[in-house]
Amino acid sequence: MTLKSEPVIVNVGPQHPSTHGVMRLRVAFDGELVTDAEMIIGYLHRGSEKLAEERTFTQVVTLTDRMDYVAAMTNNQAYILAVEKLAGIEPTPRGVWLRMISAELQRIASHLIAIGFLMQDLGAMGTPLMYTMREREDIMDMFELMCGARITNSYHRPSGVFQDAPPELWPRLEAFLVEMPGRIDEYEQLISGNEIILSRMRGIGIISPEDMINASITGPMLRAGGVDWDIRHQQPYEYYDRVEFDRPIMDESDNYARYLVRVYEMRESLKILRQCIDQIEPGPARDPEVPFVIRPPKGDAYVPIEGPKGELGFYLVSDGGISPYRCKVRPPSLLNLTLLREMVIGLPMAAMIVTFGTVDINMGEVDR
Amino acid sequence: MNVAMSGSELADAIREIDSEAVTDQSDDAVWITAESWPDVAASLRDSEALSFEMLSLLTTVDYIDHFEVIYHLLSLSKNRTGVVKIRCGEGRIDPTVPTAINVWRGADLQEREAYDLMGVKFEGHPNMKRLMLWEGFEGHPLRKDYLR
Repeated sequence: MTLKSEPVIVNVGPQHPSTHGVMRLRVAFDGELVTDAEMIIGYLHRGSEKLAEERTFTQVVTLTDRMDYVAAMTNNQAYILAVEKLAGIEPTPRGVWLRMISAELQRIASHLIAIGFLMQDLGAMGTPLMYTMREREDIMDMFELMCGARITNSYHRPSGVFQDAPPELWPRLEAFLVEMPGRIDEYEQLISGNEIILSRMRGIGIISPEDMINASITGPMLRAGGVDWDIRHQQPYEYYDRVEFDRPIMDESDNYARYLVRVYEMRESLKILRQCIDQIEPGPARDPEVPFVIRPPKGDAYVPIEGPKGELGFYLVSDGGISPYRCKVRPPSLLNLTLLREMVIGLPMAAMIVTFGTVDINMGEVDR
Repeated sequence: MNVAMSGSELADAIREIDSEAVTDQSDDAVWITAESWPDVAASLRDSEALSFEMLSLLTTVDYIDHFEVIYHLLSLSKNRTGVVKIRCGEGRIDPTVPTAINVWRGADLQEREAYDLMGVKFEGHPNMKRLMLWEGFEGHPLRKDYLR
C-alpha cells in the first residue's frame, strides 16, 4: 500500500508571534515543505497617504513616525528632505548633523530589533532579544533627551530639527559609543558562531542579486547578495559625503549573510556617529525664518535615502497649497517582500519563518 | 552630486527607441504614450547606455481631469535615475496603463497597490487584485472624489 499525501493549507498569521506584526501568509504544505505561499496584507492599513493630504506639510511629520514605527527618525528624515527639495529650503548645519546623529542611532536601533526578533524566530526565546532591547533602551533614552519622545519622535522639521539637543545628550552618546562595540562583540560571540544558528541559516533562503535588483529589493538584503549599493555612499544626501564609512558586502545572499550584514552595519553606524560628534558645531538647530505653514511652489519632488530596511523616500506633489496634493511613500518593507514566495518554496515551516525574519519588515510600513 | 537624468536627455534616448513615444518633457521628467510603454520599458532596461535595472518607485496621482502614473527608474551600474510619466484616463474614464511586471518584477506589488488605492488598471498584470483593502470594498480611497 502506498501512502498518498494531499497539500495542506495553513494560515500563518495575522496573529502569529513570528510574523513581526499583523501579516498573514497562506501557505500550502506538502508534508512539512512549503509548496506555495501567498501573502495577505492590509490589517494595519490606516490610509496614511490620504491623511497626509489633509494636513499641513509640517503636520505630516507625525504621520511618518507611524509608518515604520521602529525607525521613526529615518522616516522623518526622508520626508523632510523631500519637503526641503520641494520648497527650496536650506537646512542649518547643526540641524543636519543632529538629523544624521538621530538617523544613525535609529539605524542601530532598527537593526537591533531585526536581530533580536530573528533570534526569537530561531527559537532562542528571550535572551538575545532582551540583550538587544537593553541596547535599544539606551538609544530610546537618548531620543527622549533630544525630543521628549521615545518611539514617535517627530523630531525633524524643514530646515533642521525642532530643538537643539540638550548638553546632557553628549556624555550619554559618548558613553554609548564606548560601550556599544563591546556589546556587538557579545552578540557575535553568542550568536554568530553558534552551531544551531549556523546550521539553520547558512545556505537557506538564497536569492540571486539579479532577481533582487529586478524586484526592487534594496538595503541590507541587497548588500548581503554582493551588490555594492548604499544610497548614503552612491547618492549622498545631508552630510554623508563628509563622513567616511565602509559598506559591508557579503556574497552568500542567504539568511546568515543578511544577519551578518546588519551586525557589521551597526559598527559602521558607530563610526559615522563618532565623526558626526567631531564635526558638529554650535549654531541654530533650525532656521527661524522658515514658517510653520509652508507653501511650496507647484511641482513634485522625490528624495531617496538609505533607510535601515532599504531605499526609503517620499514622493510629494504640491499644488501651491499648505498641504501636499499627493504624498506617496516608497516602502522598502513592502518591496523587499516581492520575492518572498520564491524564497520560501521548498523550505520547511521553521526555515520559512526564519527566512521571513531575515527580510526584516515592519508592518506599519508595509500597510501604511 | 546630481545623478538624475534631465528630461531632455531621457526624451532623446526614448525617441531613439520609439520616435513617436514622447509627448512632452520637463526639466526632470518625460511624458510618453501608454501604448509605447511595454517596448520603451524593455529597452530602457536592456540598453547598454541606460540600463535602468530597477523600477525604484511607481506612483499614481489624481489630477482631477486625468491620472498620471509616474515611474522612478534607477540604474545601479550607471548610478543614474530617470523619471517617466504616463498620462491616462482622460476625463476620469477608465485609466489603464500596460503592466511593467514582465520587465521589472518589482512592479508587481506596486501596481496592485496603485490599482487598489487609485483605481488605475494595469493591463496584463497576472494578479490584478486589491492589495491593502478587502475584496468587495467600494471605490478607490486615494482618488480626489472619494468620500468617506
